[in-house]
Amino acid sequence: MKILSRVYMALIFLFLYAPLIIMVLFSFNEANSLSNFTGFSLKWYEELFQSEEVLDVLYNTLILALLSSLIATVIGTAAAVGIEKMRTRWLKSTVNTISNMPMMNPDIVTGISMALLFAFAMKLFNMESIFGFWTVLIAHVTFNLPYVILSVVPKIRQMDRYLPEAALDLGCTPLQSFFKVELPAILPGVLSGFVMAITLSLDDFVISYFNTDGDFQTLPIYIFGMTKRTVTPDIYSLSTLLFAGVLLMLILSNLLQSHAEKKEQQRANAMRRQARRKTEGGRK
Amino acid sequence: MVIQKEKMNKKRSFLRTAAAYPHMVWSALFIVAPLIFVLYYALTTEDANGNFQFSWSNITALAGENYLPVFFRSICFAIVATAICLLLAYPLAYFLSKCKVSSQRMLIMLVMLPMWMNLLIRTYSWMNILETNGLINNLLTTLGLPNAKLLGNGAAVVLGMVYNFLPYMIMPIYTVMSKIDPRYLEAAADLGCNGRQTMLRVVFPLSVSGIISGITMVFVPSVSTFYISQKMGNGRFEMIGDTIERQFMSNYDYHMGATLSLVLMVLIIICLAVMNRFGEEDGGVLV
Amino acid sequence: MNKLIELKGISKSYDGETVLNHIDLDIHDHEFVTLLGPSGCGKTTTLRIIGGFVTPDEGDVIFDGARINDLPPYKRHVNTVFQKYALFPHLNVYENIAFALRLARLPEAEISRRVKEMLELVALSGFERKNVNLLSGGQQQRVAIARALINKPRVLLLDEPLGALDLKLRKDMQNELKKIQTQTGITFIYVTHDQEEALSMSDTVVVMQNGVIQQIGSPTDIYNEPINAFVADFIGESNILEGVMLEDKLVSISGQTFTCLDGGFEKNQPVDVVVRPEDVDVVKPEEGMLRGTVSSVTFKGVHYEIIVDIGGFKWMIQTTDYVAPDAQIGLYIEPDAIHVMNKSEFSGQFGDYSSFSDEMDDISNPDATEEE
Repeated sequence: MKILSRVYMALIFLFLYAPLIIMVLFSFNEANSLSNFTGFSLKWYEELFQSEEVLDVLYNTLILALLSSLIATVIGTAAAVGIEKMRTRWLKSTVNTISNMPMMNPDIVTGISMALLFAFAMKLFNMESIFGFWTVLIAHVTFNLPYVILSVVPKIRQMDRYLPEAALDLGCTPLQSFFKVELPAILPGVLSGFVMAITLSLDDFVISYFNTDGDFQTLPIYIFGMTKRTVTPDIYSLSTLLFAGVLLMLILSNLLQSHAEKKEQQRANAMRRQARRKTEGGRK
Repeated sequence: MVIQKEKMNKKRSFLRTAAAYPHMVWSALFIVAPLIFVLYYALTTEDANGNFQFSWSNITALAGENYLPVFFRSICFAIVATAICLLLAYPLAYFLSKCKVSSQRMLIMLVMLPMWMNLLIRTYSWMNILETNGLINNLLTTLGLPNAKLLGNGAAVVLGMVYNFLPYMIMPIYTVMSKIDPRYLEAAADLGCNGRQTMLRVVFPLSVSGIISGITMVFVPSVSTFYISQKMGNGRFEMIGDTIERQFMSNYDYHMGATLSLVLMVLIIICLAVMNRFGEEDGGVLV
Repeated sequence: MNKLIELKGISKSYDGETVLNHIDLDIHDHEFVTLLGPSGCGKTTTLRIIGGFVTPDEGDVIFDGARINDLPPYKRHVNTVFQKYALFPHLNVYENIAFALRLARLPEAEISRRVKEMLELVALSGFERKNVNLLSGGQQQRVAIARALINKPRVLLLDEPLGALDLKLRKDMQNELKKIQTQTGITFIYVTHDQEEALSMSDTVVVMQNGVIQQIGSPTDIYNEPINAFVADFIGESNILEGVMLEDKLVSISGQTFTCLDGGFEKNQPVDVVVRPEDVDVVKPEEGMLRGTVSSVTFKGVHYEIIVDIGGFKWMIQTTDYVAPDAQIGLYIEPDAIHVMNKSEFSGQFGDYSSFSDEMDDISNPDATEEE
């Protein structure tokens, strides 16, 4: 049974990783081929960094990811605080359902619905073109929001609910109490929401695709364009770089989380130890 | 004094809820309004002057031979891909949940990791492996075997879907399984279950909710995908997503595109509703 | 009564930490045995070894004459009432109880009859279709008992079954469990850290600490004749003093010589002496065998609990007569109230009541419920 499970897991992991290994491997291929590996070379990477277009796209993608995540994190964190405080049940559930929609809907539907809105606005205001950086930014903020909210809400629920009251009792205004007391308590959730948003934004193709014009390109859109032409290994080196970037983000967010958990664990341990010492000392 | 405090409390909770207002405005503008526009475009056509006119023609066109086979094909492919994902993922999730707790976290990371490779690239990489001059065929040639046509058929499309969405099936099932209290398994053994019976009578019923959410999480992207079918099927298997993309990106028929998206949404809402009902029945009391 | 279960030289350790250290224990048919001890003493591990969930590193588990070390749980004639019950959340009350019978593929009519019988036994008739997740703690407890008993096991293992219930419900369930045990005649092996529960329900109490059985005996034996300072301290309240056995039936404590009923020690052998708080009579200072100052008085309802300072050692005494704090009183101790024990590894660990307070008990409780 144990051997069977090991073999099975190994096979599935092979299946999951085969294309990735191929990609990374061929990004270092010397020949201009995606099926014959002739030798190790960094030339595709060099080529990548010499292409102004690629650097442009890379810059677009990073700015878009950072900005959209930042906006989504601010709006989303505030929203999580507000939603948790809502007392009207129907309102709360309505707001929740609506903000989860971009998560539930297929990307193509989210992308197209927003494209329609922008197309209509364009028509309404008689504009030449509205599609470009701003429309993609709005789209990214929109689909990032539910993920930020989802990672902040549990932290708010975990927070001692008397914490803000204690702050108010000690003389904080509500705003001060939020920034001095609550925000530090929910910070791990806010940060992991932010990192999550960055990775999603870096990775998104479908929604950006429908909400941009030919001029503003992100990496995934650029890659899509490349796969329509004859493909050279530079697409792999680009993807490897993108993957490395996302990987870095993930590791960072994991570190943040485990750091927070460790702290929590230490605190709990300390409390337990204290309690034990008290009981043991009870009858000396 | 009490009244004053009450007032302050009210003011405070008002301030708090107000924190959600920007988000609510944003959602209204960029989630609700776009969905209304989908409906609006679906129910209108554009005349020669660029004016919108109410019309059922988009909807009636759906029943025609242009679209019906596409829907049917999309649903079939999605169902097959979902079923294969379930068959592959269930044992894996079970084995994962039985691993040492310390290694579980790592393994789960490993399951999720390929998801962070861009979907386009993952799919493209498979093309590389499967195409006529691809890795597998190269290997076959080296071994002196005849080449096989691995790309451009239905199986390749399904493979693409299974590959891309398998982690979506593994994750929820694993999460539910890892939360099954080991005492339930002990209780089952205590009451006379051998390994197989424990699996059938305790583990499976307790993991139904994970299966349900796995099915929805795989079915929704499978039925709406457009890239995978184009690339893995060499464009021979047009699916709803492909049709929508074509309407938007080459035909510039936003109205038909919106109609198709509407259908996709309705389809998915029905799917979610069915799954929810199913989940409720099973999660509740089994008689 | 014949031996049903024998544990012979059982040892178990996790990650190099010894949890059980050569345990020998015999359990007889129809007996109500309680494994009692503080958290981490090895009692739950012992139970799980009998249930088949833990395999011992060393030693034999004998059931009805046969070695069952390697028998999986589902082949043992033993059933368990789990800590916090482990009722299957996807099944209703009826199906939870019928679980074992369904596995045995009994005819529907018999299943229905036996489940009904069980529901009557645990006073839950009419609850068949209820969702187990919506039952109260006490009701879940009863379902768990019914589920474990329906297979007519030779032995029922109960792992802190009342731990999650409130005090009032605990008392009721104690009586009910005892009743069920007498009615069914099934051997009960009961794990608890609550000494009161152990004393009031059991035929035999097994006191454990540090993975070792300290004492096995009837509740009265355990209470009246504790074998060492640990048992004396763990079971009930006790003043544990250092003493010297002068000769048979004569012991010296706090510089005074007392007559007692114990003998068989060597001359001038250092010993531990236990005097239960309720066995001490408060008398006028001049009539007392010992004299001291009252340092605190707490009203406990049935009696007063007073702490008396005698030459620096704080005694706890329970008395029905009020005594004022700071008053000088005398203590009178009958010879049969004095119990002399051999020195043990626990000697000196349990001092007097100088830092004792109720608050300490409260802190220790939540810790005590999370077992091993």
